[in-house]
Amino acid sequence: MHPALSVILFTVASGIGYGMLMLLALFLPLAAGPADRLFGAVSLGLALACIGGGLLSSTAHLGRPERAWRAFTQWRSSWLSREGVLAVLSLVAIALLTLAWPILAAPVECIEMTAAIAGLLSAATVAATAMIYRSLKPIARWHNRWTVPCYLTIALASGGLWLDWAGAATGVDFLPRAVAPILVLLAAVVKALYWRHTDGLKSATTIGTATGLGALGQVRPLDPPHTAANYIMKEMGFRIARKHAAKLRRIAGGLGVLAPLLLVIAGGMVPALDRSAVLLAAPVATIGVLVERWLFFAEAQHVAMLYYKADAV
Amino acid sequence: MTTLPTPGAVRLGLVIDLDICVGCHACAVNCKEWNTGGNAGPLSDYQPYEAQPDGVWFNRVHSYEVGDGPAGQTVHFPRSCLHCDNAECVTVCPTGASLKRAEDGIVLINEDVCIGCKLCSWACPYGAREFDEDVGVMRKCTLCVDRIYDEARPEAERVPACVSTCPASARHFGDLGDPASDVSRMVADREGMALMPELGYRPTNRYLPPRAKGSGCSAHAKSPALEPVMPEGTGFLGWLDRLLSA
Repeated sequence: MHPALSVILFTVASGIGYGMLMLLALFLPLAAGPADRLFGAVSLGLALACIGGGLLSSTAHLGRPERAWRAFTQWRSSWLSREGVLAVLSLVAIALLTLAWPILAAPVECIEMTAAIAGLLSAATVAATAMIYRSLKPIARWHNRWTVPCYLTIALASGGLWLDWAGAATGVDFLPRAVAPILVLLAAVVKALYWRHTDGLKSATTIGTATGLGALGQVRPLDPPHTAANYIMKEMGFRIARKHAAKLRRIAGGLGVLAPLLLVIAGGMVPALDRSAVLLAAPVATIGVLVERWLFFAEAQHVAMLYYKADAV
Repeated sequence: MTTLPTPGAVRLGLVIDLDICVGCHACAVNCKEWNTGGNAGPLSDYQPYEAQPDGVWFNRVHSYEVGDGPAGQTVHFPRSCLHCDNAECVTVCPTGASLKRAEDGIVLINEDVCIGCKLCSWACPYGAREFDEDVGVMRKCTLCVDRIYDEARPEAERVPACVSTCPASARHFGDLGDPASDVSRMVADREGMALMPELGYRPTNRYLPPRAKGSGCSAHAKSPALEPVMPEGTGFLGWLDRLLSA
């Protein structure tokens, strides 16, 4: 599938923001005393910027962005519509949390309750994003049980690293030090299992079932219907990254997993470096996640390409 | 609404005879011509007079080689929307622009509502939907809904443009929900095929497989050599040949 930059930026950036909210909801009740307002302003500001920027970027993918509001109407059947509704609901909850925590410094219970609602809605939004892909039968690399866990664990890991970043920037220890590295490792394991599962997929759909001619013998494309690449070939048949998939997977693992883990360990061993290491870990890991998301699209193959290339899937 | 309607009794669709199709592309060309000037038009073209012309088409004709050796054959394969009963291109649509009509099963796009998110084209395994870059909306086969109900036309002409133009009569239009219809009987007689049945989209359109061929090239090899119709030589050598052959 063609890796559209607007969709890659949206899923990665909104994953960061929603991941931060999920962790704030979980760990705010564990914090001793009222939570730091400056940390709240920086972390919520960052989360809002990531989610808002991501949503804006996603509208760049649309042919008619001025009609985007219509996408809130079909939540009964469409995961894309559900994602839109949940994204707006969680934005409202995050705005209320921003009001309650850094702006008004409301009572702790009020902050924690708002954070819990925002965290739940955030988790639901990330799951809905993943379900858009999970529900597409023609794309076997997406239509499997590992897609949703990948999106959720990567959002949590990115959120953990960026919450630590906000903590380092404001001099507040919010998350216990082990949380972000454990979430990064968890995401790495889940993504590795995703790759293991999807690399071994054997599709029941072949050019034989696509044309119905399989019973007559091997089917080979002879003449294409048109001389230049059409929409289907450009959208479903993007192959550039696939040639370099193994190398890009190593780059994604190196930047998204190894680099942040090494930085956190180095920071733990040399206290003078700790702050800069944490400040560096989140952006480096995010570059890794961007590569991972690029691969998520570029490695995915659509059965419609079978009509053009018998071995496409 | 993008939830699918309860399937009605009428399921309009096409039956395409792969035994007869000669791969002339007339159906694709007339489809483009009709629809670019009809209700769905214009269908955008990009760089139509350059080396790499591209554009929106509802119908594309592939050609395949099937089988090997004497059993091998060329099969021409027109590909367009199959108007599925379980049309997931409709259910994924976030705006309600994609719809399946309860009264005749035709899958349509309301282009005034479509936001051009392209998700429906991802959900279609048959590659039947094409994005129109100039208009910013998705396009697809309408089963010529603006022809088949046009009472100003003589009844014989109320068929999709691709069916009306096929010079080999390889394309047939009718109600596949009615077991007594001509198309349904054709499907029953010839074991008409659904494409990618394993994905569960339950397409309406059917393809009739190529008929079993004779014993192929070996039949020709055994046929007796033809008698020469002209004397094999002229002049002195010809006279000698005829004299000695006698």
